[in-house]
This record gives sequence, C-alpha cells and structure tokens, in this order.
Amino acid sequence: MRPPLSKELWFSDDPNVKETLRFKQWNGKEKEVTLNIYFQPLSFYVSPQDLPYVENGGVAVLNGRKVVHMDARGNKVRLDDGSEISYEKCLVATGGTPRNLPSIERAGEEVNKRTTLFRKIEDFKSLETISRDVKSITIIGGGFLGSELACALGRRAQETSLEVNQIFPEMGNMGKILPEYLSNWTTEKVKKEGVNVMPDSVVKSVNYENGRLSIKLKDGRMVKTDHIVAAVGLEPNVELAKSGGLEVDSDFGGFRVNSELQARSNIWVAGDAACFYDIKLGRRRVEHHDHAVVSGRLAGENMTGANKPYWHQSMFWSDLGPYVGYEAIGIVDSSLPTVGVFAKATAKDTPKAATEESGTGIRSESETEATASGVGISTKAVSTLNTPQQGDDYGKGVIFYLRDKVIVGVILWNVFNRMPIARKIIKDGEEHADLNEVAKLFNIHDD
Amino acid sequence: MKWLNFVFILSLGKDKIIFVTKEDHETPSSAELIADDPNDPYEDHGLILPNGDINWNCPCLGGMASGPCGEQFKSAFSCFHYSKEEVKGSDCIEEFRTMQECMQRFPELYPQEEDEDPQSKDAVTPSSDTLLTDQQPAAS
Repeated sequence: MRPPLSKELWFSDDPNVKETLRFKQWNGKEKEVTLNIYFQPLSFYVSPQDLPYVENGGVAVLNGRKVVHMDARGNKVRLDDGSEISYEKCLVATGGTPRNLPSIERAGEEVNKRTTLFRKIEDFKSLETISRDVKSITIIGGGFLGSELACALGRRAQETSLEVNQIFPEMGNMGKILPEYLSNWTTEKVKKEGVNVMPDSVVKSVNYENGRLSIKLKDGRMVKTDHIVAAVGLEPNVELAKSGGLEVDSDFGGFRVNSELQARSNIWVAGDAACFYDIKLGRRRVEHHDHAVVSGRLAGENMTGANKPYWHQSMFWSDLGPYVGYEAIGIVDSSLPTVGVFAKATAKDTPKAATEESGTGIRSESETEATASGVGISTKAVSTLNTPQQGDDYGKGVIFYLRDKVIVGVILWNVFNRMPIARKIIKDGEEHADLNEVAKLFNIHDD
Repeated sequence: MKWLNFVFILSLGKDKIIFVTKEDHETPSSAELIADDPNDPYEDHGLILPNGDINWNCPCLGGMASGPCGEQFKSAFSCFHYSKEEVKGSDCIEEFRTMQECMQRFPELYPQEEDEDPQSKDAVTPSSDTLLTDQQPAAS
C-alpha cells in the first residue's frame, strides 16, 4: 500500500527508515510493520512459472513487463517482449502516473532534475535524502499528497534549517475538498507545522539560475528554492484504450465502466483507472487506497459471476500533522453545500463578541423551533457568537455534503471509527430535515 | 444566561456550521434511518447467507477463504459447519489436518502465535468455530 509514503514513514524515529521502510501505524497498534507495496505478504503470491501447476490456482505477479496491446475479441494481451497471455476474464488495474506542471516540463533538464513527482518508494527514498541535503523544498499542490508531504517536511523543518514552502492556486489547503472556512483553518494548522503556505498562487515559470530554482508566480512574486515536489494530481493510465477498444471518460478520465465495473465482455477495470457508475451517487472516478481494495474485490466477484453493482462505499483518510486527521466517504467536493456540526471545545466556553469579518458574509441563523431534546435556540445568543477563525472551534466534528438536499458525502473530522454510520446514511439517500439530529448519531463528543 | 443551552448556527454562504455542546447532543437522535433489508442481495451479510449457505466473503473469516490455503480452509470449515456428529466436527479430522499442513507452509500468512488482533474491528469470530481458535487470520 502507498499511503504510508506520505504519512507514517516520515514520522519514523529510525535514521535508516529509507532502508528498513518500517513504521508504526497511527491507528493505535504500536507494532511496527514494514511497508509492503503489494496488497498481501509476498508469500501469498506464486511465481508465474508455477501458476499453471498450482492445484487450486493462485495469484502470480509478473514484474518488469508491460502490456502493450489488448485483443478484446481474441481474449489475449501482448507484452512488450512480444509474448502473449490469453485470458478468460481480464481485470485492468493500470493505476495512474503523476502529472507534472507544463511550466516545469518546458523548463529544461536542470529544473526537472530538481523536481520530484511523488508516487513510488524510490520517490520517498530520494526525497528523504534531499530533505536532509538542501536548504529549501517547495511543494506545488494543495491537495492530499501536497498537504501531507508539506506537514511531514514541515516537521523536519522545525528540527533543522530546512525551509518548506507550499504553493497552490486554491485559497486554502484541501480547498477542493473542504468548505472554505475549514480549508482556511487547516491552512493555519499547516503553517503551525512549520510550512510557509502560499495560497492563491499560480506558477508561471521555473528557472534554474546560480545553482538554485526560481519559481515565478503569475502575480509577479518569486520563490527561490532548491527542490520542487509537484503534487498536482494523477493521470490515469489508459494506453490500452486504443487497442482494446475501451472507452475513456471525457470528464473524469479513466476507462469508462458500468456499475459492475465492466468495460466490455470479459474485461473489467478497478482502482484509479476506473471511471465507474455508482448507482447511488452517479458517475465517479476515485483515487484512494480503500477504493482500490473495494473496487478490486467487487471486480473480482463480478468476474466470477456475482453481477453486483458498486454498492459498498469506499472511504479514505488523511492526516495533516498531529492536530488534523479525518476520514471521509462519498462525494466530498467543496463546491457542494455543506453542513458542519462541531463540538464546542468545552461546555464552559464563553463566546466572545463577534468581530467584523471581512468578505465572508457571516450571518447568524437560528432554528425557529426547539428540537425534540428541548434545546433552546436564541437569535440573541447567536449574534454574540465567536467567529470561527479565531479559536479552536473546528477541533472535532462531522461535515455533511449535500446534493439536492440529500447527503452524498461525509467527513469525520478528528472523529474516528464511525464510518459505518456515514456509509449507512449515504446508502439510505434520504432527505433529512435536521442535520444536527443526524450528527447526533456520530457521538462527536465521545473519545 | 447559560451558554450551554444554545445551539449555534453560522451560515457562510452555502456552508452552514453548527456548534454543539455535549449536553446538546445527549438526547437521542430523532433522525430516521431506513431499516436494513435482511435480504438485500448486494449487502455484505454475516457468516450465513439468507439461503443458508456459508458466506465465504464474510469479513469475519479474515480472508481465510482466499489465499493459498483457501480451498483447504473452506473444505474444513464447511465440514465442521454441516457436521451432524455428536461431537461436532469429529468427522472432519482429515480436512483439518490438510488445512493445518497447508498453513504451516505459509507461516507469514498464518502466524502461529496469537500476537495480534484480527485486523477488522467489527470482525466476529465464527461462534461455532472452536477448532479454529488457534489460527489467527493473516493481517492485511
């Protein structure tokens, strides 16, 4: 699995972590594990040579070869060495390749030599070394990977003289995922991790001069740095579309498959490369670890006759330093209306007078009727409410994403192990009159 | 005025924020969830499917039904499950021996020591499965 490459591995105390790839999992268990990029321990797999002779069959991985041609009528694929493999059913799980910025691609060899497109174990190893050797690293991208790496490197910056910059066009970290107020709050936390965050910044060009990189931004600002990590998304690997006669989705990218993850007779697609039809939430493509697991399992079941649609929603998680960890499910897109329900830090908190907030257009609302619990609501109380940017008000909570008034996505913000409830609410697909009542199901004040 | 008694709601354009105290959320939720259909053909069921068959996809089996000893496991587990002997499973010695022999060839996948919990928090150990308790599923 890949997630530790931008998370746990960076927080290891072992100076040899590059070699050992051992880390402690954050989810409670103290035991150290070694990163395994495969889904199962290696002894799970049989060698391709032995596969035909294993009594009950098995799983073999053929390394170092690439499928270059797919013959969907003939049920066979051709490898780059000219050999052919025939199949009865074929699962395409080609994943994706990290994108680069056009401004870096055209910047020449010296710039590209100093740019990491982070995806593989080798990228972790090389960035780990670089982060000890250079004075300044700049991460371009404000999404999951960029923000996780920024926090990981930022922690290192607190112990050394390393400078860590993060540049992205959105107004805050995770700006495409989190509602604006939470994105801004998260950016403050990332800054506290030692990262020089530069939101609202678009890279215009990159040059190599006097032994350093200069990043020129669209607004004229310049950033001097030694190394760039471009975390600007993934391009699904769809080279087989042409020879295989498979459709590529023009909006989301990836092979277009139906709700059962099937592209054509005998051909299924799973993981990052699959643009599938979710019968609850519509057409989607998902680039997360758990989705690879869930969709791979579903494709396998369907390849052996289950005929099941995408039904069990996959989840994902992200951690940004010690103060922000969250899990999410469904469609979490900051362009959707959201309702966030957060725990007040302590019951004794006294709201301070609201200060004038610029631009955000905060207005207070009150519910007109008392809830079943008899909780009183007062407009006057709300008018003296503390503005959220000032305190630790977003420490813990649940955020609902709505489409046509129905919950299509849920983020559990520093609230853990409640995913089955969120999954159930999305599966129901019902309109709820009072989302605060729905939030109660999550017991956000517990643990 | 007691602040605890108020639920605060902020509205930032399309994004709404509610702050709640522990007390606010102490009363039961009035949100209604749809009762689960026990015969939902797509939902993961427990160990036994509605038609009485063993559900080899049940997370409670910890992935034992797949992998290099999956067939041996299935054979032993079904024998035990359907056993009508007075000492349940006493007619399955051969199947269990075959399964054990297979598992011993893959110590990494089937660790002998009980030094870790099953990976799934909501995993349920099959209740009738006394013969399997010395085997922990491989962590994934």
